[in-house]
Amino acid sequence: MPDPQTTEAQTSPLISLRGISKSFGDIKANHGIDLDIHASRVLALLGENGAGKSTLVKILYGFYRADSGVIEYRGEPVSIKSPQDARELGIGMVFQNFSLIPAFTVAENMALFFRDLGRVMNLKQISGRIESISERYNLEVDPSALVMDLSVGDRQKAEILKLLLSEARVLILDEPTRVLAPHEIEALFKVLDNLRSDGFAIILITHKMKEVMDIADHIVVLRSGQVAGSLSVAQASEKKLIEMMFSRPVTEFQSIDHPKAEPGVALLELKQVSTPAEGTRMSLKEINLDVHAGEIVGITGVSGNGQTELADLVLGRLPAEGGSIHLAGKDATDYSIRKVRREGVAFIPESPMAMAVAPYMTVLENMVVPQIERYARNGGFTIDWDAIQQDCTASMDRLDITLPLYSTARSLSGGNLQRMVITRELAHQPSLIIASYLTSGLDVRSAIAAREALVQARARGAGVLLFSDDLNELFSLSDRLIVLHEGRIRGQFLPSETSFEEIGYLMTGSEASDEH
Amino acid sequence: MTGLAILGVLSSALFSGASLLYATLGETINQRAGIVNLGLEGVLLISGATGIAVTSLTGNPYLGILAAVIAGGLTNIILAFLVVTRRGNQLASGLALMFFGFGVSALIGRAFVGLKINGLPRIVVPGLSNLPTRYVSLLQFDILIYLAIPVAVFVWWLLFRTRWGLGVRAVGENSDTAFASGRNPHWIKYQALIAGGMLAGLGAAHLTIAYTLNWSEFMTGGRGFIAIALVIFSKWNPIRAIAGALLFSGAVAFQLLLQASGVNVSPFLLDTLPYLLTILVLMLWGGSRKYAAPASLGRVYMGTE
Amino acid sequence: MSTSSASSRRSSASVQILSGAVGRYVSMLVLALVIFGIIIWISGRNPIVSYRELFGSTLGSWRGFSEVLVAMTPMLLTALAVAIPSRIGLINVGGEGQLYMGAAAATWGALTFSEAPAWILLPLMAALGMLGGALWALVPGLLRATGLVNETITTLLLNAVAPLLVAFLVFGSWHSPMDTNRTPTFVEAARLPTLPGTRIDLGLLIGILLLAAFWLFMRYTRWGLEMRAIGGNPEAAQRNGVPVKIYIVAVLCVGGAIAGMAGMSQVSGYYGVLLTGFSRGIGFLGFLISWLSFGNPVGIFLTSFMVAVIITGGSMLQLTTALPYAVINILLAMALFVVLAGINIFPRRSTG
Repeated sequence: MPDPQTTEAQTSPLISLRGISKSFGDIKANHGIDLDIHASRVLALLGENGAGKSTLVKILYGFYRADSGVIEYRGEPVSIKSPQDARELGIGMVFQNFSLIPAFTVAENMALFFRDLGRVMNLKQISGRIESISERYNLEVDPSALVMDLSVGDRQKAEILKLLLSEARVLILDEPTRVLAPHEIEALFKVLDNLRSDGFAIILITHKMKEVMDIADHIVVLRSGQVAGSLSVAQASEKKLIEMMFSRPVTEFQSIDHPKAEPGVALLELKQVSTPAEGTRMSLKEINLDVHAGEIVGITGVSGNGQTELADLVLGRLPAEGGSIHLAGKDATDYSIRKVRREGVAFIPESPMAMAVAPYMTVLENMVVPQIERYARNGGFTIDWDAIQQDCTASMDRLDITLPLYSTARSLSGGNLQRMVITRELAHQPSLIIASYLTSGLDVRSAIAAREALVQARARGAGVLLFSDDLNELFSLSDRLIVLHEGRIRGQFLPSETSFEEIGYLMTGSEASDEH
Repeated sequence: MTGLAILGVLSSALFSGASLLYATLGETINQRAGIVNLGLEGVLLISGATGIAVTSLTGNPYLGILAAVIAGGLTNIILAFLVVTRRGNQLASGLALMFFGFGVSALIGRAFVGLKINGLPRIVVPGLSNLPTRYVSLLQFDILIYLAIPVAVFVWWLLFRTRWGLGVRAVGENSDTAFASGRNPHWIKYQALIAGGMLAGLGAAHLTIAYTLNWSEFMTGGRGFIAIALVIFSKWNPIRAIAGALLFSGAVAFQLLLQASGVNVSPFLLDTLPYLLTILVLMLWGGSRKYAAPASLGRVYMGTE
Repeated sequence: MSTSSASSRRSSASVQILSGAVGRYVSMLVLALVIFGIIIWISGRNPIVSYRELFGSTLGSWRGFSEVLVAMTPMLLTALAVAIPSRIGLINVGGEGQLYMGAAAATWGALTFSEAPAWILLPLMAALGMLGGALWALVPGLLRATGLVNETITTLLLNAVAPLLVAFLVFGSWHSPMDTNRTPTFVEAARLPTLPGTRIDLGLLIGILLLAAFWLFMRYTRWGLEMRAIGGNPEAAQRNGVPVKIYIVAVLCVGGAIAGMAGMSQVSGYYGVLLTGFSRGIGFLGFLISWLSFGNPVGIFLTSFMVAVIITGGSMLQLTTALPYAVINILLAMALFVVLAGINIFPRRSTG
């Protein structure tokens, strides 16, 4: 590997970003970010969920326009207003939801974008062109293979191939190894190495410490929308990087005073439960987990490591393959979703609009659907709207939330939708609450109120399973903290006996340090 | 089961199947571009009536064929306008087109009901004119029958070996990707529909000008829907459509054969086979992605496109 | 939030929707009439005279008006057969086939139990008709619920199979001694009662009652709420405990049953006999009507009426202009094209 010190000193950046800022409403996704992208160099962009990496890269690729700041290409300021502009500058992005047509062969996908494709397609010539580039960079894919038949690793190779064939010189890869097997990761890194030697600039967004140390030349760590550190790989160590990613001054903890009662009966028990992988779905491997009455169990991890699957498993939406699920002692492994809910389990899903709400029904109507059995009268021929209204109002009062009951759900803001879902799910004193990313999209006041609601629930004896990527929130609310990584539980901790850094290690797949 | 009987079945199947094959090829191009034309029956009727009208008026069957082809293309432009430009619902637009076809064909054809026309001349299969008359009479086919399989191969080549075909299929899979490659999905859909309509017109022309040689209301007898079934059955592949067309149109001919051997099966039941086979085949493919419809077409069937 | 302001906001919203709908319908009719008028003129007739006769014959006399209601009856039902599944996002293009199967099942009842008195036979035939239609929708429903095949394709394909089965039955063992393409005329007891002096049969009343029941059902019952939840967001409904797969099968079968009922009313009420090929698109018209009215019961009623006016007027046109009856389909198609193309004479302030 070329000596990073000399490389950095000598070449001037291909692209530089200066003072890039971007806000979405109240949220400052990027704040005064400076970044240099050099040819023949792999730049790793590191940071936890919500740190602003995705936004920054999308600005570079033309999906977003920065609110302020400058982008320079070879020293000249440029304006990137659309992906088309980015492509013309030779910036290419490898997407996670791939941009290839699954029903086409690799060759057809490539040929679609050839500017000089003949009227009659010369298949030999097309394959030849593909093969020459793929050989050069170890991107071996069979041009006549259907994209839908390719393994994920090969699909990714084809994606990169497509970018190369359209003459991109800057390649952005967003979490490329998330769905790859170890040997595929090795293959990918060989490709990146070849590309780097050939003068390509590569930006790698990742959480995986090991990969960063293996392949990157330079590392930039983002935290809360700002650059927390920029250093060459020679200067970096896992410990330093994790500190940069996760450190919080201790005073930032919001400790909510809660009486530490003794946890009661086991409300939820998962015993050696596994689920198969399918497509982009992560498989869960031998999960052992329990939630007792009167406790909040927090689960954290980088998003995409099995959180959605775990929540769906408890809901009854994802069938278990091996192992068993118990609700309050009863074997609930094969329960239908309705049956699970009947047992007093409430669900606050991660995207309310997509997963919890019918957009054209009113808020009030949406409140009823999960509990329809409770309010059906006369064998189902009528619905007791008065009772519903009473219960909803009571729940809203308890949680100090106001919602327009007769407006359509579609007209609500994201924050209000989340509040609606919380109100609905907590309305009937559930005994077990599964909350995914409870406070996403909520303003500070509502977030505090939502957390308070969970604490209240715990105080009256409910059990809570809280998925979150906000370590502050988890540390202050959880009685126990669990880390989920690649579908496995890695460690269980008491918040008072661990630290952000330790959790950070486990979240990013590093070995736990010796400190604990 | 004599050789004559088998020959009779084959001959009949070819005559009946040629128009079905052309219509299927046209609809295959449409569906590959992501558009299902439920009004195909109407397109066939309009083209058929136009073909008869022009043939009868000019005495020239070739002009009639040309007219039918043009009529088919023009009728499909209506669908293109509704579905592509105005973004109308494909299913409803297709059905409206079907009713339109019922009416317009009746209007055009009313003057020609019952009239006989100069049909397409029939040519004996080259090299076989020395056989006894009763064989030769079964081996005379018009030019459109001879051209049917070559045209099917041509359509295959068009879709899978040309730049145009690649674009059409890309639009049918993912318009956004097609757009990103610098193509204009709307214009491509128009082209596909016009081409498809012209082929449908050719099929209708064969039916009226070469096969039945007359016109009556609703004479296409559901061929439009059979063609749609055949497109699905042949997995949107023109080469497979050849076999499928023979199979589907052979059903009735097959019934005659069975009858000759003493087995009596109702022609009606045999006519259901194309549809039942298609459903069976769909069930077997199940959720298999390999045999799935072009992606945007799938969304039409789901109601999300 | 006071409920009066909420309800007044809701009613002003409905007024807006209503005026938008009226604008749509009016422009639909006007434009279609103009274009069709041109066609009549091209074929050598006076459009004004023709239109006067068309509307005069249908709306101008009680007899004509009653014929409109007769034509409207089966379409009300086939439209409902599409509207109900559409509430949960299912596309039922199979009304035609379900209609035929319902007619066949009812005919079987009429032929087999011809000795029975009307008060037993008619309900039996109705039940059989609904059963026939429901069974015809069962396989598509199951295939969709298990995720194997889309109901759009299966119902479409089965549409073509049903008339062939009917032909098989009629030509095979059911036909009357004199004609091979029809069954013997049904006995009196198997005939739906008609309004004296007209050909309007009980099917119309049944259709209207079912429309009303549908409206009440969707608005007041728990199942209506769950159906609306599925239609709004199937994933959310499933996560909220609604048994979506069961609804898919059940609702599609209900749609089939209603189309089957339409079939029964056709053979028992209108024809009094089962003819092969008796339906020339009633099922498809139902699809179009439901689609045009967004599955709304009042809309279905009005749209069926309008389509019935056009169709009935068509037979009058045939007599006076010597144009074949099928030509009226052009007017129908024109009206549909106009709506599909989104053309509106009255520009609306809000987008629809």
